[in-house]
Amino acid sequence: MGRSRSVGALGAILVAGALLTACGSNSGATITLYNGQHPQTTEALVNAFEHESGITVQVRNDDEDVFANQIVAEGARSPADVIYTENSPPLEFLQQKHLLAPVAPSTLDHVPSKYNSPTGDWVGVSARVSVMIYNTTLLKADQLPASALDLADPQWKGKLAIAAGETDFQPIVSSVIRTNGEAAALRWLEALKANAGSHVYPDNETITSVVNSGQAAIGIINQYYWYREQVNVGASGMHSAIAYFAPGDVGYVINVSGAAVLKSSKHQADAQKFLAFVTSKQGQEIIGHGDSWEYPIGSGVSITPRGEVPLAQLRANPITVAELGDGAAAVALLQKVQLL
Amino acid sequence: MTTTLETPPSPPPQSAMTPAKPSGSTRAPRGLVFLAGAVAVLLLVPLAFLVLEAVQYGWGAVVPKLFRQLTLSLLWNTISLSVVVTALCAVIGTLAAWCVERTDLPGRRIWAVLVVIPVGIPDFAVAFGWKSVFESVGGFGGAVLVMTFAVYPLVYLPVAASLRNADPGQEEVARSLGVGRYRTFWRVTVGQSRLAVMGGCVLVCLVVFAEYGAFEILGYRTFTTEIFSEFNTGFDTAAACALSLVLVLLSVAVLAGEAATRGRGGVSRIGPMAARLVRPQPLGRAKVPVLGAFVVLVALALGVPLGAIVYWLFAGTSSTLPPASVASAAWHTAFYAAAAGVLSTVLALPVALLSVRHPSWRAMTLERSTYLVLAMPGLVIALAFTYFSERYASGFLYQSAYLLIAAYAIMFFPLALVAVRSSVARAPASFEEIGRSLGRGRLAVLWSVTLPLVAPGLAAAFCLVFLEAVTELTATLVLIPTGAQTLSTQFWVFQTNGSYGQAAPYAALMILIAAVPSYVLGRWFDRLPSRATVPK
Repeated sequence: MGRSRSVGALGAILVAGALLTACGSNSGATITLYNGQHPQTTEALVNAFEHESGITVQVRNDDEDVFANQIVAEGARSPADVIYTENSPPLEFLQQKHLLAPVAPSTLDHVPSKYNSPTGDWVGVSARVSVMIYNTTLLKADQLPASALDLADPQWKGKLAIAAGETDFQPIVSSVIRTNGEAAALRWLEALKANAGSHVYPDNETITSVVNSGQAAIGIINQYYWYREQVNVGASGMHSAIAYFAPGDVGYVINVSGAAVLKSSKHQADAQKFLAFVTSKQGQEIIGHGDSWEYPIGSGVSITPRGEVPLAQLRANPITVAELGDGAAAVALLQKVQLL
Repeated sequence: MTTTLETPPSPPPQSAMTPAKPSGSTRAPRGLVFLAGAVAVLLLVPLAFLVLEAVQYGWGAVVPKLFRQLTLSLLWNTISLSVVVTALCAVIGTLAAWCVERTDLPGRRIWAVLVVIPVGIPDFAVAFGWKSVFESVGGFGGAVLVMTFAVYPLVYLPVAASLRNADPGQEEVARSLGVGRYRTFWRVTVGQSRLAVMGGCVLVCLVVFAEYGAFEILGYRTFTTEIFSEFNTGFDTAAACALSLVLVLLSVAVLAGEAATRGRGGVSRIGPMAARLVRPQPLGRAKVPVLGAFVVLVALALGVPLGAIVYWLFAGTSSTLPPASVASAAWHTAFYAAAAGVLSTVLALPVALLSVRHPSWRAMTLERSTYLVLAMPGLVIALAFTYFSERYASGFLYQSAYLLIAAYAIMFFPLALVAVRSSVARAPASFEEIGRSLGRGRLAVLWSVTLPLVAPGLAAAFCLVFLEAVTELTATLVLIPTGAQTLSTQFWVFQTNGSYGQAAPYAALMILIAAVPSYVLGRWFDRLPSRATVPK
């Protein structure tokens, strides 16, 4: 009977698939990496690490915040050995939940301490800086505001694009709260929300693309999105430029991307080796020369991605990673103005 | 999807769910009740997670997140969008089904397949298609546009099936009695398919509730996008769970509303013996406009997303992202989705048998409760599985193919149930009684009588679950075995990084994989009469 044969065939395929999936794991040292960083940054690092150490790295990709929540839900049996994030707040969140293991002191020494966890539970790997992106047809450089606070001015109504739900935005809110206090930060956010109107987007990639295409005139992003967009669409497709806020401005914030070993990891030594590698000279050079467009931050490593302003020349706001914390105050404020 | 007729003079039947003569509704066998109950419990796992989380954080933390202005505006966004999309889908789905099934529309058999395929295109790929062609698409209008063209087949399919199966004689009688064409369509045709339309509308409504990817691309905020934001940006599980519970309550309201209208009016079911070949109604002068409407529908629903993908395939963009294996992603996608289709269909059978053959308020409540899962965002369901697997099962099967398949099967269970249920309802219970009276055991009758009768419904259930599972993203990211990729996870990596050229082949393959069951579904509905015509 035709039907039973096709049912049988389907069954055979499913069994074969299950067997294949079951046989997929290999022996030898293996660590699992929860990767919240952009894959272009991670892939090159992982390949070099596997080559150097002989340790296999299994990579999962998702948003850094989903990973933070997932690790909490997984609890003591989390399959993750290492988490690598784009920003420091998810790492601070996990640290406060006591889910991270201390980073080896020799690894922490690879990176200036201002880029590391204040408690030594995670290590900084690269840095990015918040900048303005503006459409060069709609705006000239001399029309740009000096401060992120100026974007609250009604003249930006209908021209401003923001990504309030993007993790890269919270550090700027934290910075405004720190300098100007919560009440002023609240007024600033409300004005930003009014100016943005329907230009509230889910992420920096979207802001980059809408400003580049002229749907919005100006936005705040981290610098590397613009350089990546240039690779994506080619120099001829770029109708935008980036500009820095005035030195020390609240909107001029350096964010740290970092990595940590989970306390629940059963491969502590191998996981620590991964952290040591990504912060080593070799790992930092991969970040500096690769497709990540972020700044390497290792001590004694002075590589600047092509065309960017060197990290040492940036005049960012002095807010520290400790002051950025897990971003809870920023999130509470964003919720208060109904942007979250 | 139960076939129905309006029979005004007849006394109200015992239950709207009941076949004309509920000869099969004896006491339900214990085994069946146990199995159906077990399935229902399994489906309530995500809800249990939500309640546990909310209780753990306490009302003090949850209430302020719930009773604020944002909740109101999200409620408005979600409800207005669902109402408009559902209404549009009801109109488009019903009219298209009627034209294909009941008129002399040229090229009916081709249209029957073409209008179904959009259900197999992932909603986020549809949004991506519109967005990359017309950058200004977005907001409420964009969300209506994208969702309507992505999900109207969920109305089309059940309505087409019920028209296939309904008695065309009613229309002929009405026309011969001098009732005009439009009134006949409204009173008789729509009346016959009312349950199918309502059933399809419920699916559309719940799917709109739970949609995330498309709205993220379009920048439209609903409860579900907000649940993701709370989980993501705020690490705020309490707020996310509170919002999810509101979504569940909304779904309860939708299901209760549908059940209430189901029960109203003199609705009863006439056996499938009434089905016969229909003499198609001539469209006459309307032929050209109707044909034009079909061309526009297919161009918008199928042409735009396909066109965008083809454009990006050839225009291409260079990317900073590493290349990935399309073949491996395609294999994983097909394997997980097929296994989920089988599992979901098997799970749906006891629930369908219990609710159709042994109707009671208990059976109905049990059946209805299994629909709630459709309105829960994939991320919530995935985290529920993570939570229970790690806390109560020592991480058993966590991030294995098995758990991912089980999660898919549960997420899309209601789609399987709708298909299985409708075909169980069409299969005469009397055949099973004859089998039993001949001394065969229950299981033997199930195997040799019931299963062959409901086989087409099982195939449809498999296809529907397969289609949805192929495109699933957010639960997949959490539960997929480490190192494996599906087409949708790889599409997501490229698309979120703006590498449309690299994303396009994955979307194209997803549609290709999804087109096969869409074609099978379309063909199956096209051949229904010969299957359904069962002499009594």
